[in-house]
Amino acid sequence: MAELTYRDAVARGIAQEMARDPDVIFIGEDVGKAGGVFKATVGLYEKFGPKRVRDTPISEQAILGAAMGAAMTGLKPIAEIMFSDFFAVCFDYIANEFPKSRYMSNGQLKCPLVVRTGNGAGSRFGAQHSQSIENWAMMIPGLKVVAPSTPRDVIGLMAAAVRDPDPVIFFEHKSLYPVKGEVPDGEIVDTLGTARIVRPGKDATIMALALMVPRALAAADKLKTEHGIDCEVIDVRSLVPLDTQTILGSVGRTHRLFTVEENPRLCGWGAEIVSIVADEAFYDLDGPPVRITTPHVPLPAADILEDMILPTVDRIADTVRRSLSA
Amino acid sequence: MNQQPGATADPASRANLNDDIGEALRLRMYRMQVELREAEQRAFDLFLQNLVKGTSHLSLGQEAVATGFAAAMRPRDLSFCTYRGHAHTLARGVPVEKVLGELMQRDNGLMRGKGGSMHLTSVDHGVMGSYAIIGAHLPIACGAALRAQYKGQDDVSVCFFGDGTTNIGAFHEALNFAAVYKLPVVFVCENNLYMEYTPIGEVTAVKHPAADRAAAYGLERIIIDGNDADAVYRTARDAYARARAGDGPSLIECLTYRHSGHSRADPAKYRPEGELEKWKERDPIKIYRARLKQFGIGDDVMAKIDAEVKAMIDAATEACKKAPNPPADILTTDVYADGGWAWRN
Repeated sequence: MAELTYRDAVARGIAQEMARDPDVIFIGEDVGKAGGVFKATVGLYEKFGPKRVRDTPISEQAILGAAMGAAMTGLKPIAEIMFSDFFAVCFDYIANEFPKSRYMSNGQLKCPLVVRTGNGAGSRFGAQHSQSIENWAMMIPGLKVVAPSTPRDVIGLMAAAVRDPDPVIFFEHKSLYPVKGEVPDGEIVDTLGTARIVRPGKDATIMALALMVPRALAAADKLKTEHGIDCEVIDVRSLVPLDTQTILGSVGRTHRLFTVEENPRLCGWGAEIVSIVADEAFYDLDGPPVRITTPHVPLPAADILEDMILPTVDRIADTVRRSLSA
Repeated sequence: MNQQPGATADPASRANLNDDIGEALRLRMYRMQVELREAEQRAFDLFLQNLVKGTSHLSLGQEAVATGFAAAMRPRDLSFCTYRGHAHTLARGVPVEKVLGELMQRDNGLMRGKGGSMHLTSVDHGVMGSYAIIGAHLPIACGAALRAQYKGQDDVSVCFFGDGTTNIGAFHEALNFAAVYKLPVVFVCENNLYMEYTPIGEVTAVKHPAADRAAAYGLERIIIDGNDADAVYRTARDAYARARAGDGPSLIECLTYRHSGHSRADPAKYRPEGELEKWKERDPIKIYRARLKQFGIGDDVMAKIDAEVKAMIDAATEACKKAPNPPADILTTDVYADGGWAWRN
């Protein structure tokens, strides 16, 4: 067991898979010699060399297109898109090419690749380098979508993503890069499509993803300490496949549902979860499901403004407390 | 017109024609061009009978490009096509019935109706997909070439596209990417003078949309007569050899012309009067018939090939007409690699 940052876990997760399988290659802008703009891939170039860890031009379409061509002919590429906001300049591959080639070809083409990307707010970069776009990926049939919240999950879900035969979008949260966590020694391999109950509780279920997981946990502690409210917190981890059984099971015990989402409100991932719970567990609910989200606005750059707009520990705790006492 | 018939108008002896191709291959290339012509014409006829559904983009008049590039390929080489991809798919040896079946959206189609005319794919024949988003497949072909280079495999990825593609970003990203890493990929621009309905010259800063961009990526400027299958074949053969030798990508602009509109909805009324007729004088099949004659191949041999191809396409058409519609149970197959579509437990 060692303490590792989320950032270092990225490099360890990629290294674990590259050491295991010579068909795994890694491409992206500044990912090699520079070790990544977030320093999340330091050491990979030195360890695996320029053929396997390739610095590319600023050509997001070429990066993702090349990853797809390599994947369909036998490699297992990991491609980095530096900021998830840049998905918008290569969205053809994410929306039209990766997820549809198998279906359109009646199963002839395969696309086993991973796109890892820096997602989320907190860096004071403004509206085009801070977004949480997991809902952009979640809505497309044919993709799988994960977003780890801890260093251990980074390694385990990276391994699961690389070994998966489908295209996987891997959202790393930029504000989690410096966060440390306990990581076991040796190989770690997780399972896609599994949520995790990170704090058991009986009064309400709080679903959260990525940076919102530690905030939901802090809010749960506050609610317990200050108000005696005992919340269950679930780290969704994998949006597609979605572990609805864990969600429905939890709601069946607590009878209340809250989602904490960094993505803007309209069509955020929580809307789908609320819809599923309304369809399938309506009579388990003792009150309306409540979504706690970033409002439907672009993100501001100023620290004081950015901090106000994301769901905070206080906003989560206040919303849950008021809803339960209503 | 910015091209001349070249050698084809020259009644010179065989010796002047540099017979590095040979009779057997020439007969194969003739047969293929006739097959592409007849199959596309059949697709159009079936459209008029409302038996070909959706859209279709025909390669009538562009048969020599598909034929020459495919004829120079090895079985393991890979083709990446556009929505105007019927000819390139057939040229790799995919049976006409499988293609017409897909166009007619029947269960016997290449993808059982799940892809349609614009997405013809036959991995067994090296046809790694037809791509309907302009430019998307150039980077994908780069990736397939990157795999070949990484694994030390000697196949070449060949990527076909139209003149309109040269004005989209992915074209430029892919050219640079391929040149930087010296990837074994051959980019083939079929310049048929029109991007959809607009003359390519009206919307492009240079005269030759592909070739005049080559220098920007350190590549040779190559323009060929795309209506002469021999010229196409020789150019392809040389480009593949360079790719296999590790000498990097090629960008080849083939001058050609489509006899029909952009898609089935387009009667192509924007073309100046007489242009089509002028190009029909340079019909690739007409050129090739003259070529075969120069090599002493008689009309009877060609007539026999023509009849065989027509009979084959007639049989394929009848088989497609009899084929059932695709069943509902394939609606949700092959979304994910487990064969299904489950996104939740």
